[in-house]
Amino acid sequence: MADASTVPARPADASTLIVTPALRVVGQPVSRHDARDKVAAATAYAADWAMPSMLHAAVLRSPHPSARIVKLDTERAAAMPGVAVVLTARDVPRNTLSTDVPGQTTTVGPLRATLHVLAEERVRHQGEPVALVAAETLEGARAAADAIEVEYEPGPGVFTPAEALAPGAPRVHDAGNLLAHWHVARGDVAAGFAGAAVVVDGEYETQFVDAAYLEPESGVAWIDGDGVITIRLSTQVIEHFRDVAEVLDVPQNRVRVIGAYLGGGFGGKEDVTVEVYLGLLALKTGRPVKMVWTRQESLLSRAKRHPYRMRYRTGALATGEIVAQQVELLADAGAYAYLSALVLLYSTVTATGPYRVPAAEVDARVAYTNNPPTSAMRGFGAMQTVFGYESQMERVARALGLDPVTVREVNALRRGDVLPVGQVMETHVALPELARRAWDGLGSPTSPRAPHIKVGRGLACNLQPYGRIVWLHDWSSAWVGFEMDGSLVVRSGVPDVGGGQASSLCQIAAEVLGVPLASVSVHIADSALTPLAGTTTASRQLYMSGNAVLKTARELRAQILSVAAPMLGADAGALALADGAVHAPGGRALPLPDVLRHCARAGVPRSHLAVYHAPAGEPVDLARGSGKVFPDYTFGAHAAEVEVDTETGAVRVLKYAGAHDVGRAINPQSVEGQIQGGAVQGLGYALMEEVILENGINLTTSFASYLIPSAADVPDVTPIVVESGEGLGPFNARGIGEPPIGPPAAAIANAIEDACGARITRLPLTPERVARALGLLV
Amino acid sequence: MIVSFVLNGRAREVDVLPSETFLEVLRDRLGIFDVKEGCDEGVCGACTVLFDGRPASSCLVLAPAVRGRRITTVRGLARGAGLHPLQEAFVKHGAVQCGFCTPGMLLTALAFLERHPAATRAEIRTALEGNLCRCTGYAKIVDAVEAYARGDTNGG
Repeated sequence: MADASTVPARPADASTLIVTPALRVVGQPVSRHDARDKVAAATAYAADWAMPSMLHAAVLRSPHPSARIVKLDTERAAAMPGVAVVLTARDVPRNTLSTDVPGQTTTVGPLRATLHVLAEERVRHQGEPVALVAAETLEGARAAADAIEVEYEPGPGVFTPAEALAPGAPRVHDAGNLLAHWHVARGDVAAGFAGAAVVVDGEYETQFVDAAYLEPESGVAWIDGDGVITIRLSTQVIEHFRDVAEVLDVPQNRVRVIGAYLGGGFGGKEDVTVEVYLGLLALKTGRPVKMVWTRQESLLSRAKRHPYRMRYRTGALATGEIVAQQVELLADAGAYAYLSALVLLYSTVTATGPYRVPAAEVDARVAYTNNPPTSAMRGFGAMQTVFGYESQMERVARALGLDPVTVREVNALRRGDVLPVGQVMETHVALPELARRAWDGLGSPTSPRAPHIKVGRGLACNLQPYGRIVWLHDWSSAWVGFEMDGSLVVRSGVPDVGGGQASSLCQIAAEVLGVPLASVSVHIADSALTPLAGTTTASRQLYMSGNAVLKTARELRAQILSVAAPMLGADAGALALADGAVHAPGGRALPLPDVLRHCARAGVPRSHLAVYHAPAGEPVDLARGSGKVFPDYTFGAHAAEVEVDTETGAVRVLKYAGAHDVGRAINPQSVEGQIQGGAVQGLGYALMEEVILENGINLTTSFASYLIPSAADVPDVTPIVVESGEGLGPFNARGIGEPPIGPPAAAIANAIEDACGARITRLPLTPERVARALGLLV
Repeated sequence: MIVSFVLNGRAREVDVLPSETFLEVLRDRLGIFDVKEGCDEGVCGACTVLFDGRPASSCLVLAPAVRGRRITTVRGLARGAGLHPLQEAFVKHGAVQCGFCTPGMLLTALAFLERHPAATRAEIRTALEGNLCRCTGYAKIVDAVEAYARGDTNGG
């Protein structure tokens, strides 16, 4: 009989893959409950919500990347028919919004970051919000926003981090343009290079990209019958209810955020989007208000992924063993800090990749510019660096005549190895197996279909943290309870971005409590009615809330069995919960409803609430490389086969395989979906996506100019799921939300070089750049 | 102006402005929220509906142009209380993540397979080119469409 109350200990020998215990629901490729609703179009996304006498809202945004506001007159706009209210900075109770660590409940020290909800005297990027309007119709709101009289006095701006850090550069903020600087050093780098058989230098550039979820930012706010300001929106962080309260200057318990199932997030809905505006407008008008951004508005104003300039110097022995690596990173924060300091920290920690590098120095800076702000996006700073360290790895392999898999096997981190920052690898690193399986996953080589077509293959590996930085003291909570008929309810404040977050919680609860998956209902993402679970970011939700549900379910199981034991005349420890019944040794069983009816008589609750606290730690002194930054990492390896048209520079991906060690796949189908979807987003980053800016002006504010991959642009991604049984999540799972987006750009760049000899060091790898590298263009 | 059309088998009459898009009519006037708005410029395919069986972006169709047309949205696919077999195939094959592209994807795929029942995987990919998905990487969507085309019942 299946009994998931205990999970086998981690194997002593890390090279042995864990033996799957008998599980009924966890580990099965079950169809997700939300998928049924979604194919029937029964899911009410944030914009699919309407209230009686609802107003519609619009935001007036700055057309200038750097300007002073010399006149802001709303009188004419406010007098227009149907206009309910026009708000500017002076109407906002507290016009400062904290943007440092969303959902954080302990102090974050030097990472404080703020911005104005609505611009005061100055605007620092195109698209910065200046005023809000609510009106009876959307057309009316937009017309009124256009009628607001604003005079700007354009000022000087800086548009690259290098410009921003040059002496005498115009200051984006009074305190100067350097936002954060991290430095990590370990071992004797000079000695390492001196003893190296080969030293490879490379300089790489990555671009601005957009999360480009299909669902634009949207929500509806209203004041409920108890006077609580309620905001239902598309967000990865319902804990922003606290930020809304701070801006509105009301107690935190007077604001409620309900997170609708998202139409995609990818980090772009981690920071505040529409909720503060909606809260302000509902508070000022007392009426329901709806705000839906247009695609153009979303592409114009939402935070992007940071462009990086990366300089790498890598020294290796003739065996391929890396002995020293020096890395210099310079990132563009855009006009406001948001999460840039943290993104840069992720880059700093991961800059040398999933490899043993005995001597390493990483110097990382991020600067303010008058470009659009940059912040969280899937991969969170651990992505750009993959393009750097894996391009370098390929160059080392080519210089030494080693094959791509061998050079990675030689250097792969192992349990007990130390990252340059000082973090010891405490869990198994399956990198050699992943690299081999991804490479083999390409199958037999494709023959070029014409003489001018060259075919080549590339490999790239990565590591991606999952879970929050240990000194942020992360936690999640969950409530699990039985109804009288034996059906189960799970409550947890988890936003579901589409990765199956809620469904996985159901599987875990069903497994532990012995009920069919179909008997579980889950309520998620309501800051008033579900126990808070933290953000759906940082690949943390299965790890954190999965553990919270596991802990809660196990404790509830013990409660229920303590009631059943005397009823069955057996020890609680000998009982099993399965198929909606409690089973005793010898075949005796009681239907669960009978036991539940006995609970109140026995004074034992049928429900339970528990909090899971992640293992925490103290802040690391980066320069001294003193310890643990992240709970753990997920490792991956991707392999690509491409064809390059040597007459046009066009690149086509023919085959693609992505392998990740997920510890254990709670739902293998969802894991495959994360690998395939993440890889294709990464292929967009590699080959086509770029937010093009000209002196801070965004030239790509439509899906006609900001291109993301279509079905015809990409091949089937072969997902390879490796289960080492070594993660920190429930049933030893690891996070898999972010990791698959990391390797594609490097894998494709490496494959292009293999095909035609051209090494491209700047993303995206467009036909023009390939043609230039091939000497077809001058 | 009044326009009449048939929506998922039912006759409808709606008072519209000549400048309105059919997407606005569906979502804002009729509360038909199974049609999504992703870009409002005919690129993403989220607002796809079938006009007399042919898929088109409803954000590019002006309201007066639907006069007398037979319109199908995802809600029009259900078979009694159950899902359409292609919907079942999407569920079974894990073709849905965030689900925002799903209604348009289903309609485009169905209309395509009606005309090309023996389509290859590559042809299915080309047919779905106008429906963007940011979550799945498309492979499982193509799996589902292919399984349905092969005639696998119960979602392949």
